[in-house]
Amino acid sequence: MGKLVDDVVTQAEHASVKYVAKDFASDQEVRWCPGCGDYSILAQMQRIMPDMNIPREKIVFVSGIGCSSRFPYYMNTYGIHSIHGRATAIASGLKMARPDLMVWVITGDGDGLSIGGNHMIHLMRRNVDLNVVMFNNQIYGLTKGQYSPTSEFGKVTKSTPQGSIDYPFNPAALALGSSCAFVARTLDREPKHLQYVLKRAAEFKGTSYVEVYQNCNVFNDGAFFQFTEKETKDDSVVYLEHGKPLVFGKNKDKGIKLDGFSPVVVSLTDGMHSINDLLIHNEKDSTLAFIMANMTYNAALPRPVGIFQAIERPTYDGEMSKQIDATISKRGRGSLDKLFASGDTWMIQ
Amino acid sequence: MSVETKTLDEVTIRFAGDSGDGMQITGSQFTSTSAVMGNDLSTLPDYPAEIRAPQGTLGGVSGFQIHFGSTAINTPGDMCDVLVAMNAAALKVNLRGLVDGGVIIVNTDGFNDKNLRSAGYDESPLSNGSLSKYQVFPVDISKLTELALADMNLSSKVVDRTKNFFALGMMYWMFNRQVENTVEWLKMKFAKKPEIVESNIRVLKAGWNYAETVDIFTVRYDVKPAKLKAGRYRNLTGNSAVALGLVAAAEKAKLDLFLGSYPITPASEILHDLSGYKNFGVKTFQAEDEIAAIASAIGASFGGALAVTTTSGPGLALKTEAVGLAVMTELPLVIVNVQRGGPSTGLPTKTEQADLLQALYGRNGESPVPVLAASTPSDCFYMAFEAARIALKYMTPVFLLTDGYLGNGSEPWLVPTEAELPDISKPFRTNPENFQPYERDDETFAREWAIPGTPGLEHRIGGLEKKNKAGSISYDPENHDLMIRIRAEKVERIANDIPLAKVDGDESGDLLVIGWGGTYGAIRTAVEKRRADGKSVSHLHLKYINPMPKNIGEILPKFKKILVPEINLGQLIKVLREKFLVDAIGYNVVAGLPFKSTEIEQKIEELLGGL
Repeated sequence: MGKLVDDVVTQAEHASVKYVAKDFASDQEVRWCPGCGDYSILAQMQRIMPDMNIPREKIVFVSGIGCSSRFPYYMNTYGIHSIHGRATAIASGLKMARPDLMVWVITGDGDGLSIGGNHMIHLMRRNVDLNVVMFNNQIYGLTKGQYSPTSEFGKVTKSTPQGSIDYPFNPAALALGSSCAFVARTLDREPKHLQYVLKRAAEFKGTSYVEVYQNCNVFNDGAFFQFTEKETKDDSVVYLEHGKPLVFGKNKDKGIKLDGFSPVVVSLTDGMHSINDLLIHNEKDSTLAFIMANMTYNAALPRPVGIFQAIERPTYDGEMSKQIDATISKRGRGSLDKLFASGDTWMIQ
Repeated sequence: MSVETKTLDEVTIRFAGDSGDGMQITGSQFTSTSAVMGNDLSTLPDYPAEIRAPQGTLGGVSGFQIHFGSTAINTPGDMCDVLVAMNAAALKVNLRGLVDGGVIIVNTDGFNDKNLRSAGYDESPLSNGSLSKYQVFPVDISKLTELALADMNLSSKVVDRTKNFFALGMMYWMFNRQVENTVEWLKMKFAKKPEIVESNIRVLKAGWNYAETVDIFTVRYDVKPAKLKAGRYRNLTGNSAVALGLVAAAEKAKLDLFLGSYPITPASEILHDLSGYKNFGVKTFQAEDEIAAIASAIGASFGGALAVTTTSGPGLALKTEAVGLAVMTELPLVIVNVQRGGPSTGLPTKTEQADLLQALYGRNGESPVPVLAASTPSDCFYMAFEAARIALKYMTPVFLLTDGYLGNGSEPWLVPTEAELPDISKPFRTNPENFQPYERDDETFAREWAIPGTPGLEHRIGGLEKKNKAGSISYDPENHDLMIRIRAEKVERIANDIPLAKVDGDESGDLLVIGWGGTYGAIRTAVEKRRADGKSVSHLHLKYINPMPKNIGEILPKFKKILVPEINLGQLIKVLREKFLVDAIGYNVVAGLPFKSTEIEQKIEELLGGL
């Protein structure tokens, strides 16, 4: 990490970490619209942080532009509120330079999937050890209400008065298609689940990608109510739990089974199917992950929520450090005088 | 027949052939041998943008020019004295760069009907008298190479790829050089391929012996060693020099070097070189695009690395917004632009100086960035080091402008020692007491560098306007105006910390020629020649363009006229006129080629004639 950085980091006396959630709240006034789903995500993040057992100074939040990207200002850690779409790239460079840090990327459906889409997919295939939280509200909030790359076809907004003619991304499928090692979905209005998923993402070594359905109560209110409100959520959401069958419904009376490669809803009470017929979730099976991610916009199926995939593989930053360590142990730490005088040289007397 | 030996002070030769003919290797071997013999020299490769253009066509011609001598050599030479043409297209492309009466050595096998057609010749220039003003030496190099290797049982492809060394052997004879240096190089380079070593050595010697034995050459040339400063030398291209300068800066700053880059001609060699320096802890990241390249570097800089991004004009256009972020967050960052022909994709392999205004002004908002420019290939080392020094000391992005000509061109570099380079390390902030992220040093106006991992200094930075000192977001009108002025003042203050400009020649007179960047050699040569003729002309070369050395305003009024040659339509001249209200005269040719010193001499004559 360079001698000066080493001096600062290794000689520092890091606090013996016994934090509570409010230790992670900065002195900045939180300025999202009242009722915004972002508040819950911030609260859950601050709540899980003490469990990480990592000194506050070793944590960095990096964001781009958009409502969600204000997030770093509210965390009492290090942070960068950068430029539109580039948080993933900035965080990648930071993590490569400083593998000792825990680095989070806070982004949204516009920042992360539209202007920053290219960096996002390359981060995922590279598997830099970052935790990405993508606030998906299916709208552009900060610019006051244009459609986003996750808005539904036909969406009427300020920029699409006759309805959007764009098809939306399925963020989970996009992530899986980009070889993202950890892919999950959760909801702003399910704090316990949100906390669980954030924790799992933090603990996972490699790129972890968490899509959070987040309500924008000003420009796209209720976009996810079907999945978050009491009346409808049980019949509209299926929670993916590793090693468990896909059961859902208010009375846990429905399940998902595979018909060939296609998931279908079956009743557990009509005598035709039992729990033994259902699909068992396996976080380590990427084929299954694709099938479940593709349930997303299928109106006949409940919305899958949970950890689609968690398959560790060597990280980019880890491999980068390994190559450097291997070179130094083989050739020794470089000397400038030797480097300058390498190649074809000659003496002039 | 007796062979006469003539002594020359300097000579320029050019090897030209198809892009698969190995002309770059031939040229660099001639260079290396001449360097070892103590000549001063300067080289310029000239290769097509296509990796393999159709064989024998004008678009596929690859050339390598070397200017060497017993006197100081500042440019790769305006015109060549000797042209080695491996085929008809190579002759056609390069003939206009040959002096009248110059020597042409042609490989006659490269002038068959197909070659002539591909080169657009109706009839062979070797037999129609069109070359009568030159000394032409036709040699069937292909055939002679074949004969030299007849008993080695090599494929015709391998034999064909050896013929460049026959030409090299002849040139070694003609300029009285030994073959040993190249023999040693072959043994080292192809240690695992004894057949390649053997065949190339044989053909190299065959070329030398052919020239020695056959009665076609009547003159040999002797070019004595130059009077160079004593010491160890190494032939270095500008791109390699930038890479070395950056590694050196990181070591002397006690930081790790991080490079975020995306491959682009003509800057990619810097990425290649640095990726080989892992034993210095150098981290190189080939990003998915130019934007990610600079963004990753900004992230690394926040983490406490000496961060760099390298590119050429079109890449810089993409990085623009992120440069603004580095300005706003006041993080150190070196941005190297190896300029090429523009606009748009332009001329990727050709040189130009047309990105100066982009570097100075090409961002949204009031976004001051220091701009440095290297003047020769070996100066690229020192200016890369200097760019890093300024970036770290002043917590700012810094542009280093080089160009395709400097990047690919080479010259002998007097190898420095680590001890000669200054310590540029600066401690990070560690004291949490009264820490404010945007508090500044009274003298430099630089903010302190506080990196993640430091307890008690947790803070957030970003692209939004900062409250003075505190660094929190501020929309306050007075604060914005103040911060705009502070950032500008910080960059201006760098002028206190850079060398004063020095005029080559008299400090007053009829004409001052002001240049910047890669035109140094051509201007220097032109000015020296005119001075030798008694003309009152001096040369000032700017390596610091923003801010400029503090004494420029004192120098300019001491000259009656000011000439600013640039390979653009007049960019530095705009800045000079604006800053100093001086009625400077431009000389501008934007042909993708370096200036010839003779064209600058002519312009000088034109201006002084009117006095």
